[in-house]
Amino acid sequence: MSPLAPAPQSMVVRLGFMPLTDCAPVVAASLLGFAEAEGLRIKLSRETSWATLRDRIAVRHLDAAHMLAPMPIAANLGLTPLTDRLVVPMALGCGGNTITVSATLWSAMKAAGAPTRLEAAGTARALAEVATMRKRRGAAKLVFAVVHHHSAHQYQLAYWLAAAGIMPNRDLDIVVVPPPLMPDALAGGQIDGFCAGEPWGRIASLAGTGRVVTTNVAIWRASPEKVLGVGKIWAEENPDRLSRLVRAVHKASVWCDDPANRTELAGLLARPEIFDLPVAVLRANLERRIALDDGQEATVDGFLNFAAHAATFPWSSHAAWFYSQMVRWGDVAPSSEGYERARATYRPDLHRAALAPLDVPLPTASAKIEGALAAETAVPSTTGRLSLGPDRFFDGGVFDPERLEAYLEGFPLKSHPAR
Amino acid sequence: MGDRALHILIIDANRIRASIIEEGLMEAGGARVTVVDDTTGLMRRILELDPDVIVIDLESPNRDALEHMFQVSRAAKRPVAMFVDRTDDASIEAAIDAGVSAYVVDGLKKERIKPILDTAIRRFRAFERLRLELDQARSELTARKRIERAKGILMRTRGLAEEEAYALLRSTAMQQNKRIVDIAESLITAAGLLGGEDG
Repeated sequence: MSPLAPAPQSMVVRLGFMPLTDCAPVVAASLLGFAEAEGLRIKLSRETSWATLRDRIAVRHLDAAHMLAPMPIAANLGLTPLTDRLVVPMALGCGGNTITVSATLWSAMKAAGAPTRLEAAGTARALAEVATMRKRRGAAKLVFAVVHHHSAHQYQLAYWLAAAGIMPNRDLDIVVVPPPLMPDALAGGQIDGFCAGEPWGRIASLAGTGRVVTTNVAIWRASPEKVLGVGKIWAEENPDRLSRLVRAVHKASVWCDDPANRTELAGLLARPEIFDLPVAVLRANLERRIALDDGQEATVDGFLNFAAHAATFPWSSHAAWFYSQMVRWGDVAPSSEGYERARATYRPDLHRAALAPLDVPLPTASAKIEGALAAETAVPSTTGRLSLGPDRFFDGGVFDPERLEAYLEGFPLKSHPAR
Repeated sequence: MGDRALHILIIDANRIRASIIEEGLMEAGGARVTVVDDTTGLMRRILELDPDVIVIDLESPNRDALEHMFQVSRAAKRPVAMFVDRTDDASIEAAIDAGVSAYVVDGLKKERIKPILDTAIRRFRAFERLRLELDQARSELTARKRIERAKGILMRTRGLAEEEAYALLRSTAMQQNKRIVDIAESLITAAGLLGGEDG
């Protein structure tokens, strides 16, 4: 890419991120020339909490951020301060999380018949058995950690637990721990397990203090994970800059998916100002390798997907699914206005407008039935050919966003509705 | 809720900043203030202390854990609102802008909270100003030391008097349109490379 004159102030985008492997597209867009090719300069800002990323966008310290997929929805629903200030013009891929338990809990789960190769149903059943035995003995409840309440992790973990009959916060406590502190909290016995983005499961596994038991793609094959959250007013005032940003991050996402670029990408992420971790750990993540125990590894197909199968497309049915789980677990009282507000947070229209000049095949639909595809399937697209990957839930659940109530009624375990 | 003294909890890993905020809140009067640092076991401490208002550094990695506790506590006996009043965006923005975030128990009157927030913001800003001045003073001191060292090298290697050595540094800086400390820095590095000085 040819060196360009520095972008004028009007073409600067202030973008926040948290150090997790899936920040790769925004980091690559900023540091490898994708932004410059769009006439933009991205000023990266590493933050220490998701809450602060969100609040800094709301008060316009930042224009955009690498964000937990349900977080902008929760903010727009008024579950957190400074409501109705975020829009989501693109997703930042799917997959990438592991559920990791302590070595002690893993022994108990193995004794209860847990499968060793990351299967979601069998590991959840074994965990349920351990939890029941502990209850009978009068032992303390197990404690699992997630990264934020309004995170894909929280809803994936709760979905996985509940499918095996474990009621979150009744049979097992869920707490929040910052991702980089997860391995230490596990080793120190403050928590018995966690659901977090890589590399933190791998690090616990390599230290011998934890065992990855399943992944978010085993729970939901195409589970959405992070999004690009953008200030609503900023997006309205700067439509051109927003389109350039979406194009730059989309091109970077395609680049991140290419196996030929993994070594370079791992090196980029390992830098002190991004992760400050060994390159080998990050490269293993990018190669979709999960550390098991006794030095064994499993390569999980589709574990981390940045761009393939329209992975950057902000499906309104993804927003709808997160809303369904917020209602299920009593985070929000159900209402048709709330449902509409949640779905409208994701903006397929902005995505299509931004990528129109690139001739990228995009789905013509903005929502789909989630969990219906057993195999790769061709779908109608704006241009060229597009296929979506398999997207099954491990318990066979199917979510039709037009039938929210029926979907919620189908869950035997749920919290009392929020007031 | 009656008009008993409010219990304010300050969570800040920076002890000095925390005590500056604490002092401000005590001076404002009518409040009981507790300070805890930002470490493990924090959530349990908060449950024990049961504060009315929590003031926390925006940079704290524990903010996500706090928000989880509040989301879960909606169902509990004492719901905690995220902020003063959903309509009072200006106060929230001012706080975040200054680098603090505050969480308040539901049902507290805006008039009782606003002075607390305002004081916290003012004190937080004052501390940041102090820190900036301190950093500046420190870097000036370092600069002076580097210049002394460069002068010493010139005096030894070129047999110059102290004033001559300084004059040479100054004129070189002027010619190259650089700061004296930058010239001193280059000279120290060069001397280190040439082996005459340990750098």
